[in-house]
Amino acid sequence: MKKILSGNEAVALGAFENGIKVASAYPGTPSTEILENFARYEGVYAEWAPNEKVAMEVAVGASMTGVRALTTMKHVGLNVAADPFMTLSYTGVSGGLVIVCADDPGMHSSQNEQDNRFYAKFAQVPMLEPSDSQEAKDMMATALELAEAYDTPTLLRLTTRVSHSKGVVECDGAIPKKVVAKGFERDLQKFVMIPGHAKMRHPKVLERVQQLTQVAEETPWNKIDWGDKSVGVVTSGIAYHYVKEILPDASVLKLGQTYPLPAGKIKEFAAEVDQLFVVEELEPYLEEQIRLMGLDVAGKQYFSNLDELTPEIVANGFYEAGVLSSMPALPELSNNGMNMPRPPLMCAGCSHRGLFYALKKLKGIVHGDIGCYTLSVLPPIQAIETCLCMGASISMAHGTAKAMEHGDIEDKRPVFAAIGDSTFFHTGINSLIDVVYNNSNVNIIILDNRITAMTGAQQNPGTGKTLQNQATQAIDIFELVKAMGVKHVREVNPFDIEATTAILKEEATFDGPSVLITREPCVQLTRNQTKESYQVNADICNGCNVCLKLGCPAISLGAEIKSPSGKKMRRQSVIDPMLCTGCTLCDQVCKEDAITRIQ
Amino acid sequence: MLNDTDIKNILIVGTGGQGVVLASEILSYVAVASGFDAKKSEIHGMSQRGGVVSSHVRYGSKVASPTIMEGNADILLSFELAEALRWLPYLRPNGKVVTSSQRIVHPIVSMGVASYPENTESILREKTVEPIIVNAPAMAAELGNPRLVNTLLLGMVSKYLDLAPDKWKEVIKMAVPPKFKELNLTAFAHGAQL
Repeated sequence: MKKILSGNEAVALGAFENGIKVASAYPGTPSTEILENFARYEGVYAEWAPNEKVAMEVAVGASMTGVRALTTMKHVGLNVAADPFMTLSYTGVSGGLVIVCADDPGMHSSQNEQDNRFYAKFAQVPMLEPSDSQEAKDMMATALELAEAYDTPTLLRLTTRVSHSKGVVECDGAIPKKVVAKGFERDLQKFVMIPGHAKMRHPKVLERVQQLTQVAEETPWNKIDWGDKSVGVVTSGIAYHYVKEILPDASVLKLGQTYPLPAGKIKEFAAEVDQLFVVEELEPYLEEQIRLMGLDVAGKQYFSNLDELTPEIVANGFYEAGVLSSMPALPELSNNGMNMPRPPLMCAGCSHRGLFYALKKLKGIVHGDIGCYTLSVLPPIQAIETCLCMGASISMAHGTAKAMEHGDIEDKRPVFAAIGDSTFFHTGINSLIDVVYNNSNVNIIILDNRITAMTGAQQNPGTGKTLQNQATQAIDIFELVKAMGVKHVREVNPFDIEATTAILKEEATFDGPSVLITREPCVQLTRNQTKESYQVNADICNGCNVCLKLGCPAISLGAEIKSPSGKKMRRQSVIDPMLCTGCTLCDQVCKEDAITRIQ
Repeated sequence: MLNDTDIKNILIVGTGGQGVVLASEILSYVAVASGFDAKKSEIHGMSQRGGVVSSHVRYGSKVASPTIMEGNADILLSFELAEALRWLPYLRPNGKVVTSSQRIVHPIVSMGVASYPENTESILREKTVEPIIVNAPAMAAELGNPRLVNTLLLGMVSKYLDLAPDKWKEVIKMAVPPKFKELNLTAFAHGAQL
């Protein structure tokens, strides 16, 4: 039968059909939907782990118990899981183990665009790269076969465009293969990585790379589409389809297994074509290895390391290289200079808005973290100073506090860290241990909106629900923080600006570690509840626009009126009743009492 | 040179939360139900929070790239007026613009950081062949629910595509909540008649 599936849905289906029974992940765009979809199949176990390192270790434990297992993450998640990943290469597996990592070229929802193909080479584990949804499903079978036949985890590397594009997938209707699990078998030299054992495993890793190189030469995933031999293109992943679009007649070597590479096949291909190109997204990963094979090849000089590739960029590269004599179909219509930005915004009714509005007024140094609240960096609020990686706000604030104390710096600004609930569970807890242990004057704000919001509302250890929405023990952040030794722990309602401002002032003057928790659910969870919208009374509004400083998408400029002095024209504010959730923040900041609830 | 002579390219655009993704979902299912190969591509993530959303749908005998090249869209369907202008370079000469006249004004416009483009309607009329510009939210409200914008606009686009009317109905029935099934079919039929 035919289904239309995204790359992520196809990976989930492939995992189910091939007998994967245990899956663990931390949500991260563009990988999140894999586990959400896998969890819907019957007879499997799937969970959200607090972070990617934990998730990978869960999958490793399942694999060592002889069961086929899966862990999924976004590219930067593999940095977090790099510690188990690198040594897992030495131990190998028992049940087949697939690590799916989804890179984000173009940084649609990420802090960098690192190229995780280097991780496969770094850890010396085989890597497969699907170019569309059909391959994403089918490669799961190969990934597991390689894992079990060569005693290795397999990396399945996706990119945003493969994860989120949908295409037609031929499938037999989600029937899981019967796989007999071996159970846990003692093998100390394989599974206990003390130096003496690891020394014995490393040669096996090198031997495995040799064997997998032979696999790469023979696998049908590395295939040549012979065409016009004046141009030969080596490519992989989504770039393959751009090449087929732009040069449908060229000879193409499509690599589905991109580590280790088939040097023999690449040389054979190169020998047949007049000019050899590599078209790949991000870094010259293939290009450099091919050049080391002694081949004359062109790549990054025509196809940039930056951003996603597009058919346009590929066409332009081949035009510059002289392969295309003209650019295909240049746009004839212009947008008339229409480049009006629409930066992403905290939603109308977001529980973070009031906190950051109040925090901004304290003029402190605020270290930010990763989540919807990172959007507080944008105008008009612009409340945070930094954002580096998951959990870093607290440790960076600690570093700033210590630097101010010991660095002869005449700066008395209070130091804050602002972190969400899920990010706190992810890696913020470790940082808080440092703050308590090494006693710094840091004010930590945990914005607990009862969900992992930015990735599209996933449960986390604080919500009291599992991935499948089953009730479970909720970890109480307030009690946890107290148990960690923070003496000064309080809660505030971020929709009360006066109370929030007052408590933040107290935090700023408090000497020593402090934690302030806001605990209001994400508006996306409550938006279907009956709401009471607010309106601007046009008889009262004087056009001061202080309410616009909240940066609420429901408030915009309306009718023109004279300023109170009568000299200038200015515009009143209006509230879109369709968007307003009745959070009352604008009512609180309005000094004229012009904003009232719609009766 | 391009291998897409039999391929239809439809670019659907708007802002986060308007229903662009659902519309492209329905369109690609109708294409596959009609016997075509189809691919669709959009990016979700941060853009959902009020940002620009674009979804590419391509169908034909065999589709390679999931994204449409600039200057190659047969149809530009926009849920928001200014967005129709932003994406105009994707339209092929003589391609069709179908857009809602709804304006969604971002707070940064109110803050004076950016300005909402003026004269969009006249620019679209001047540059493209008989663009369809309708007050879709008002029409949808008249039909019974502002959320019918989606199927209403798809109905209007359906006139320019070679997809069977019964396949449209089939897919819409599956894609929308059961209690809104009839209303959506009415909205689609209404759009197709305009």
